[in-house]
Amino acid sequence: MLGLNDNPAAQPLPEKEGHVSRGRLERLLKSGHFAVTAELAPPDSALADDVYARAQVFDGYVDGMNATDGSGANCHMSSIGMCALLTNVGYAPVMQISCRDKNRIAIQGDVLGAAAMGVGNVLCLSGDGVQVGDHPEAKPVFDLDSISLLETIRIMRDESRYLSGRSITSPPKMFLGAAENPYAPPIDFRPYRLAKKIAAGADFIQTQYIFDVPKLKDFMTKAGDLGLLEKCFILPGVGPLASARTASWIRKNVPGIHIPDAIIKRLESAQNQKNEGQKICIELIQQIREISGVSGVHVMAYRQEEAVKDIIQQSGVLEGRVPWYPGCDHDGIDY
Amino acid sequence: MQLIRNWSVKHSRGLEYIYLLFEPVLIRLHKVWNVIGYERLEKPVRVIEKSIKGLMFDCQMCGQCALSSSGMSCSMNCPKSLRNGPCGGVRMDGTCEVKPEMRCVWVEAWKGAQQMSQCEKMKEIQQPVNYSFKGSSSWLRVVQDDVKNKQEMPDDVRIKR
Repeated sequence: MLGLNDNPAAQPLPEKEGHVSRGRLERLLKSGHFAVTAELAPPDSALADDVYARAQVFDGYVDGMNATDGSGANCHMSSIGMCALLTNVGYAPVMQISCRDKNRIAIQGDVLGAAAMGVGNVLCLSGDGVQVGDHPEAKPVFDLDSISLLETIRIMRDESRYLSGRSITSPPKMFLGAAENPYAPPIDFRPYRLAKKIAAGADFIQTQYIFDVPKLKDFMTKAGDLGLLEKCFILPGVGPLASARTASWIRKNVPGIHIPDAIIKRLESAQNQKNEGQKICIELIQQIREISGVSGVHVMAYRQEEAVKDIIQQSGVLEGRVPWYPGCDHDGIDY
Repeated sequence: MQLIRNWSVKHSRGLEYIYLLFEPVLIRLHKVWNVIGYERLEKPVRVIEKSIKGLMFDCQMCGQCALSSSGMSCSMNCPKSLRNGPCGGVRMDGTCEVKPEMRCVWVEAWKGAQQMSQCEKMKEIQQPVNYSFKGSSSWLRVVQDDVKNKQEMPDDVRIKR
């Protein structure tokens, strides 16, 4: 058919009972594999090769890549554009939608467009305020919030209709994701917020950076008490800190990121702080993996993307498994 | 004003009690409102509602009040207009990510909600804001929605109520 990509790797998987999408990420999680996703920083260019070069860094080590949507309210190549390019060569990207920049009309249109191009995963975010980005004079939209956005796409997918009620002839088969931050106040409300997200449609959760494992355990216990852990896949966020100075700066200037003193002290006393940061990240992954209800990790290695391979390799979480990448014959998983 | 807004959250239980007495009276007077005409009532009621709720909650007149579901802390004062709870960017001291000088609307909401009898309402999903209602009276909409719901309800259910 005209316009259809003839690359077999780019074709969506056949529909499968009990699955909402036709992508590898959902199949992998539902078959009990420990999944690894990574944050893919978008380029400030109009060159497809820039996207592919950034993606290739993760080849063979990640199961999905989040194409961020104007993260930090900074302008970059769009998530939907990146996802289209990545899907074209067979990757399983997670499209991010931030409510900051688009209203419900634009968002629903993008969801259909992305699904038509074969994008199978979408992460629903409220988004950072425009004030923190490079265009603080922009008009913030926030027509929907992350939870009503989740519900909107779930309705489109499961009820084949727009929010307006008008019907959709072929619904977008999307695996729905949401974000959570177990550390941000009001902490007691966070598990209920997770419950709301799951009720609204979240199939998987990627969290903010985790540096405090005991507090994550508390959160997971509470989520378990609410019966949430059977209802969705949780992928805690991790990442290497480049130095003690970076860690202190992040803690002070990036709202919502909690870094315990012990981590900063450990970095300070290390001879090679960058290596120590990666070592901490590996240890965190190993500890997080042991928590009941955890289905994978989401690696956010901003400006240290090339370190992700080593971190994942040394953490041992893939247990010898090689995630699919363009050019690999077969990743050993029976989808 | 932040000071009065904080007072309202602190006294969410009392305000909820007052509203729970006020709402049925509003609804019961539907016939009176109907005789006067809802369209004619819209302007004066809007002015009264705006002055009371504006003073107490910094109400933004979204026209679909959710104060009962947000611990008497108006969610339209959230810079991201979030209706379903806080974002992940709340600062560790409970202040807003976007406006560090302001307490997070939803941190306050959770505080207020825990004192209220309908605390559970904060855990329910709120529909997206209908921006065509902006600037109109939420009180009159509550009455009209109630009347509409009763009309749509089957007879046997209506009798039981």
